[in-house]
Amino acid sequence: MFDQLSDRLQATLSEVRSRGKLSEADVDAAMREIRLALLEADVNFKVVKGFTKTLKERCLGADVLGSLDPGQQVVKIVNEELTGLMGGTGRDLAFSSSGPTVILMAGLQGSGKTTACAKLARHLRENGRRDVALAACDVYRPAAVEQLVTVGKRAGAHVYEKGTDADPVEIAAWALEQAKTERRDVLIVDTAGRLHVDADLMEELARIRKRVTPHDVLLVVDAMTGQDAVGVAESFAETAEFDGVVMTKLDGDARGGAALSVKAVTGKPILFASTGEKLEAFDRFHPDRMASRILGMGDVLSLIERAEQQIDEKQALDLEKKMRRNEFTLEDFLQQMKQVRKMGPLSGLLGMLPGMGAMKQLKNANVDERELDRVEAIILSMTPEERVNPALIKGSRRKRIANGSGTRPQQVNQLIKQFDQMRKLMRHMTSGKDPDPQQLAQMMGGAPRPKYKRR
Amino acid sequence: MVERLEHEVEGGSVAADGEAVQARLIEILAEVAGTGRGPIDLRAEPAVLLMVGVNGTGKTTTIGKIAWHLSQEFGLSVVLGAADTYRAAAAEQLAEWAERAGAELVRGQEGADPGAVAFDAIEAAQARGADVVIVDTAGRLHTQGNLMDELTKVRRVIAKQMPGAPHETLLSIDATTGQNGLRQARIFADAVEVDGVVLTKLDGTAKGGIVLAIADELGIPVKLIGAGETLEDLRPFDPTDFANALLAE
Repeated sequence: MFDQLSDRLQATLSEVRSRGKLSEADVDAAMREIRLALLEADVNFKVVKGFTKTLKERCLGADVLGSLDPGQQVVKIVNEELTGLMGGTGRDLAFSSSGPTVILMAGLQGSGKTTACAKLARHLRENGRRDVALAACDVYRPAAVEQLVTVGKRAGAHVYEKGTDADPVEIAAWALEQAKTERRDVLIVDTAGRLHVDADLMEELARIRKRVTPHDVLLVVDAMTGQDAVGVAESFAETAEFDGVVMTKLDGDARGGAALSVKAVTGKPILFASTGEKLEAFDRFHPDRMASRILGMGDVLSLIERAEQQIDEKQALDLEKKMRRNEFTLEDFLQQMKQVRKMGPLSGLLGMLPGMGAMKQLKNANVDERELDRVEAIILSMTPEERVNPALIKGSRRKRIANGSGTRPQQVNQLIKQFDQMRKLMRHMTSGKDPDPQQLAQMMGGAPRPKYKRR
Repeated sequence: MVERLEHEVEGGSVAADGEAVQARLIEILAEVAGTGRGPIDLRAEPAVLLMVGVNGTGKTTTIGKIAWHLSQEFGLSVVLGAADTYRAAAAEQLAEWAERAGAELVRGQEGADPGAVAFDAIEAAQARGADVVIVDTAGRLHTQGNLMDELTKVRRVIAKQMPGAPHETLLSIDATTGQNGLRQARIFADAVEVDGVVLTKLDGTAKGGIVLAIADELGIPVKLIGAGETLEDLRPFDPTDFANALLAE
């Protein structure tokens, strides 16, 4: 996400950064580049104008030009302003102190509301709200109710539905009553997609809002929306009075301009970002972290948070000890791989590491998750002794493992070889030497033959 | 386009007053938008249509509308193939459209191989002598390499089973999409040889200007437009109307 915008901004800023001294003309040139980059990214033109104006004023302030490292200062200012543009430090949902917290989801057709409902339900459950329920109020689109029931079940949420014959307003009110009696923590109300110019449906949305008095109304916005996003957000702000935005399809290559403009125009922050096909591909949106990410400064905080959620601390400590003593076995490798994979698709994780954007080969890397499946299968086909001491694996054992895992003996060989390399690398790391990035990249791929497809 | 207009005004072939310039601009826009236009080819028996596109652009709804028009207005027998085996309840959604349109539905298990569903749909159509098969596919972002590969495979399965098929591959583009629409079209065209675009959700305030770039750069014409929720809201694309709407306030 935001890749192209990120590329251009990074290029512009590294130019500035390398200067020892900055003249007003240098700042002007940088501002022009930044303006172009934002416009190309579908950011609303009014927003761009305002943004570059404030930016320039700040950059020309005496403390920047006179400072020892003006380039760094400019980068810092761009980071701060970009963060401000996307909504500061971000905010959390408003939770009710008694009774269920009600969240109403609204948006255009096809923006991804139903999927976002289930992802949000799962996200809230993961974050301490045990009992999340969904209300199926999209009675118009064929099979929308079935879809919510299915994805709701996957997310572990109860779904209140009354088929498609009831009035959506009544379904919402009924679901809220049910949620109250059954003491649910959260009720998420899914509604039909509607165009902001459809007066009847917008009116219906306003009535649902009145009946269930949600604690938060979330507008679901497709990240690929162009200049039209601002108009849509403005109309929804008027009728639905939404409080925050869920950005969907951020895993595409849309330049994310819509995300940047919506907050600037309506003042409503982006609360969540949806970034993939799977239910887990959904997270709080942190403007400050996103700004760092766009500028190539990495998003280590999000990575650590995700790791904390998924990785068992005790196990991690054990592993660390093993690594230090160089007792790391294939069995440990398997466990570790499983834990890392729980954190989501690898390609997503790589994007959060600082400087990874600059590493060309990783940037276009399309880590093939099936390779990882294969590695798992190979290790699972080994006996416990073999996992501890891979040197045992010769001719017939190798053949057996290949047969057992549906791979070829060469692939088994490759895995073992790579595992050896990894152990060597670990020895380097634990002895305090810097790892070679090439080797590190291979380890991140985790696969016997990392396939880097160029797009 | 603007350059060409400037040139013509300077050269004197277009009068330099506002109205004449606007009229000529509409002509030029319509000409570009009309690049490579042609009807949807239904001559084969059965004619196979493949529907592709990004998530939430309106593939299934469009198929429902096409099926309804073909069967209710032209009296053709239609088979729908629910090869979106990924999204929850996608097949149910198509089933409801099939019922409304009086078409037959071929579906697989959730998570089944989409190529196999496409195969079954065409086989069923051939066995019953149906006129048209429309294959629905799961929405996918064009940046997901493996999902695009899957789509290429679905197309290959269809082509292998019936030489010359799919006779028409349609890409649905959401009118609210910005500059990204061009990238979508380019990558989908690389994967499955797109014959035409269906521009959906034109009933909002978005005008779908990105199809101009798609027609101009890739030579892929818009064939149909979707402008509403009812079955009748699917219409053939008219470049002049489109150009007029683009400039209208």
